[in-house]
Amino acid sequence: MFERCLHWIESTSPAIAISESSWLFPGIESVHVLAIALVVGSITMVDLRLLGINLRERPVGELSAEILPWTWASFAVAACSGALLFSSNATHYWGTVPFRAKMLLLVLAGLNMMVFHATTLRTVDVWGLGARTPLAAKISGGVSLGLWIGVVTLGRWIGFV
Amino acid sequence: MLDDFIHWLGATPVSGVIQKVFWIIPMVQTVHILAISVVLASMAMFDLRLLEVAGKRHSIASLARRFMPWLWGALIVLAVSGSILIVGEPKRALANGFFGLKMGMLAIAIIVTLGFLAMLKRDVASGAADLAPAHFNVARITGLVSLVLWAAIAVAGRLIAYTGG
Repeated sequence: MFERCLHWIESTSPAIAISESSWLFPGIESVHVLAIALVVGSITMVDLRLLGINLRERPVGELSAEILPWTWASFAVAACSGALLFSSNATHYWGTVPFRAKMLLLVLAGLNMMVFHATTLRTVDVWGLGARTPLAAKISGGVSLGLWIGVVTLGRWIGFV
Repeated sequence: MLDDFIHWLGATPVSGVIQKVFWIIPMVQTVHILAISVVLASMAMFDLRLLEVAGKRHSIASLARRFMPWLWGALIVLAVSGSILIVGEPKRALANGFFGLKMGMLAIAIIVTLGFLAMLKRDVASGAADLAPAHFNVARITGLVSLVLWAAIAVAGRLIAYTGG
C-alpha cells in the first residue's frame, strides 16, 4: 500500500521532470540548501538566547517575534523544495536510514517547539527580559540546537547512501 | 601546472587518509554547511537591515557589532573545512569552474563587506550616531549586492558537486 504510494509519487509529472532533467535536481537542491541554512542559522540565534549565551540584552519575546517569521518562511521553502527532491526518487530515499532518521528528528524538533510554546514561553514576559534564562528554556534551546545540527548532518548523509 | 599540483596534492598521505576514511568527507561537509548557515543567516539579517526590509529599530552600527564577529568566525571555519575537502578531493574542486567562480565571488563579497564597514566606522568616528544619511543609498546597494553574492556563493558551492573535475 505504502510502496504503491511511493511509486505513484515517482510517476507524477514533476517527479519525472526532476529525475530526467540534468539541472532541475541541482537547482532545487541549491534552493533547499539556502533555505535550510536560513532555518538553522536563524533558529540558532534564538536557541543561543534561550541558552543564555548570546544576545542577552535582548528580551526573548521580542527577539523571537523578530526572527521566527523568517525561520518559518525559510522552513516552508525548505519543506517544498525537499518534497520535490524526495519525489524524484521516493522509493530510494524512503529506504535509507539517514532519510528516516532526519524525518524523525524533524518531528522531534516540532514536538520540542510545541512543548516550549505550551509551557515555558507562556511566561516569557516574566523571565524573558533577564539575561539569565530558566532551566526549562535552556533545555528547549539546547535540544533544538542539537536536533537541527542532527537534521543537517543526516541531510548531508542522504547524499552518500 | 594546476594539473601537476592537483596530482601532487591527491598523492599526499593526508589526502589518502581523507579519501580512505569514508566518514571524513560527509562530516566535514556537514560542518561546512553549518558554518554556511551562520554566514547566510547573519548576513541576511544585516543586509535586510541595510535594505530597510527588517530590523529597522536597530542601528546599523549595533547590527554590525552583533553579526560581524559571527561572519568572520564562520569564514575561518569555512576556510579550514573547505581546505580539508580540497585536500581530500583536489580534482573535484580545483579543476572545477564553479569553484573558481565561488572563490571570485567570495573575494568580492569580503571586499564589499570590509569597504562598507570602513565607511560605517568613519561615519561613527566623525560623530554620527549611526551611518550618515548621505550614505543610505550606498547601504541599500551594499545590502542587495551582499545578499545576492552570499546566496550565489552557497549555490556555486553546491554546484561543484555536479560539474566536471
